[in-house]
Amino acid sequence: MARTLKLRIWRGDDKTGGLQDVTVEANHGEVVLDIIHRVQATQMGDLAVRWNCKAGKCGSCSMEINGKPRLACMTQVAAYPEDETITITPLRAFPVIKDLVTDVSFNFKKAMEIPSLQMPEGLKPGEPRMQQVDVERSQEFRKCIECFLCQNTCHVIRDHEENKKSFAGPRFFIRIAELDMHPLDMLRNRKKTAQEEHGLGLCNITKCCTEVCPEHIKITDNAIIPMKERVADEKYDPIRWLGSKIRRREEVL
Amino acid sequence: MQPRLGRLLLMATGVFSQGRAKISERTLRTDKWWIQPLITVGVLLSFIVYATWRAFEGAHYYAEPLISPFYSPCLSTTCVEGSSLLGTPFGHIVIFGMVLSPAFIILIFPLGFRMTCYYYRKAYFRSFWMSPPACAVAEPHAKYTGETKAPLIVNNGHRYFFYIGLVFNTLLTIDALLAFKNPQGQWGHMSIGTVVLLLNATFLWGYSASCHSCRHAIGGRLRHFSKHPFRYKAWTVVSRLNQKHQNFAWVSLIWVAFSDFFVRMVSLHPTWNKYFF
Ligand code: SF4
Ligand code: SF4
Ligand code: FES
Ligand code: FES
Repeated sequence: MARTLKLRIWRGDDKTGGLQDVTVEANHGEVVLDIIHRVQATQMGDLAVRWNCKAGKCGSCSMEINGKPRLACMTQVAAYPEDETITITPLRAFPVIKDLVTDVSFNFKKAMEIPSLQMPEGLKPGEPRMQQVDVERSQEFRKCIECFLCQNTCHVIRDHEENKKSFAGPRFFIRIAELDMHPLDMLRNRKKTAQEEHGLGLCNITKCCTEVCPEHIKITDNAIIPMKERVADEKYDPIRWLGSKIRRREEVL
Repeated sequence: MQPRLGRLLLMATGVFSQGRAKISERTLRTDKWWIQPLITVGVLLSFIVYATWRAFEGAHYYAEPLISPFYSPCLSTTCVEGSSLLGTPFGHIVIFGMVLSPAFIILIFPLGFRMTCYYYRKAYFRSFWMSPPACAVAEPHAKYTGETKAPLIVNNGHRYFFYIGLVFNTLLTIDALLAFKNPQGQWGHMSIGTVVLLLNATFLWGYSASCHSCRHAIGGRLRHFSKHPFRYKAWTVVSRLNQKHQNFAWVSLIWVAFSDFFVRMVSLHPTWNKYFF
């Protein structure tokens, strides 16, 4: 065993809980999820933790390590100094179920509020054709593994529970952007609803979502800001507004 | 316990909300997360203090052929002779017993451009307003409405400031070209001041070209890049610049202040502006 690790792990449920100290052995090259599994196997048999792939691809093992929202399976133990105590807590923007497991159903509810791709009428399966340059932008957003680290870090809901009802969150702003930029999407009110129903205006582009995204999706630069600009076309640009009144439709470009 | 009740109620939102993991710290981050916002406050405050002082000073902004970017275009009849490129539509304006410095007539435009800039928004929301001060560090505010209400809703009009910014960039470029004159007004000379003003114009063009509104107008608003190959190409170029927007924002800000400082110095000590030829 390469080193002895001091940990503080949050244990509890939605009513009570606190940080518990543990000391555990760590091997060279291990990640925090390995360590949690060792603690589970040797000292805390009932420690609850959600995980699946151990490859940074399923998005299950989101938690906060030394206060930073991260994937436990992608966090090297070696990144922390020998004498440092590593603090591990569940995500702090969602209700906790037990120990490191939180209830992320908020995100599934928000997902359902966004209408899916609406193809042009009469187009049968297999018929749609798109150019690569037209889908490239949307493809970046398809890398999302739904770890919800961005949702968890976004101060709009992390720090203001009351905003949850009116805010879809960064993960769903990239979904809206993906569809609004999609060459075959026929739904024409995505910009308006982004602002009026999904709370795009609550985002103050402080970029924490981008900072924590394990897939390195440029959430703010490539989805949120372009959407804010598209919303400005529709709602805050008097010249464009006049143009759309004359032409009576959202422009298709 | 009683007096603390109010505070507790206030705190019972955000990370302290019911149902969330009971943790008393507002953040468990162990790194120095407060350094970044502190530096931002430091730099922005220094700029604000310097710029305010210079705008009030109302002097030493022109040393033929150099004009300070804080005072260009100089639009008031109080402008020193030779400094007004576009004439002087504004007269002698007195406010609270003080003659209005020509800097204040134009100040609102570059100020508005920077205040509504997507990058500076991040910078000041984090550092001055602490909303949030750093990622996963709870903000101190009990309520938050983002950019949905006045005055912050104005940020949605960033593009207008961007367009006005282009006019300013053009004027400041002309100022830089005029700096190829000597103090006697003859063309074909070049001094340190020429370089300072040329760099100033270059950084400002870089700042504008990398702007998110620019990226949107150039091609970002399109759905079918394949139908607009030229705009697509332009969009890829602007997108690349856009990744450096933060750098352009700081460099151009600092250089504007330095250009002004340099012109002030030359106006006081003309020999400082060494001519290469
Ligand atoms: S940039 Fe906007 S969506 Fe992303 S974390 Fe910040 S406030 Fe939330
Ligand atoms: S956008 Fe990034 S951080 Fe957000 S859920 Fe998807 S992968 Fe996770
Ligand atoms: S276990 Fe799948 S992302 Fe970590
Ligand atoms: S100038 Fe910064 S985004 Fe436009």
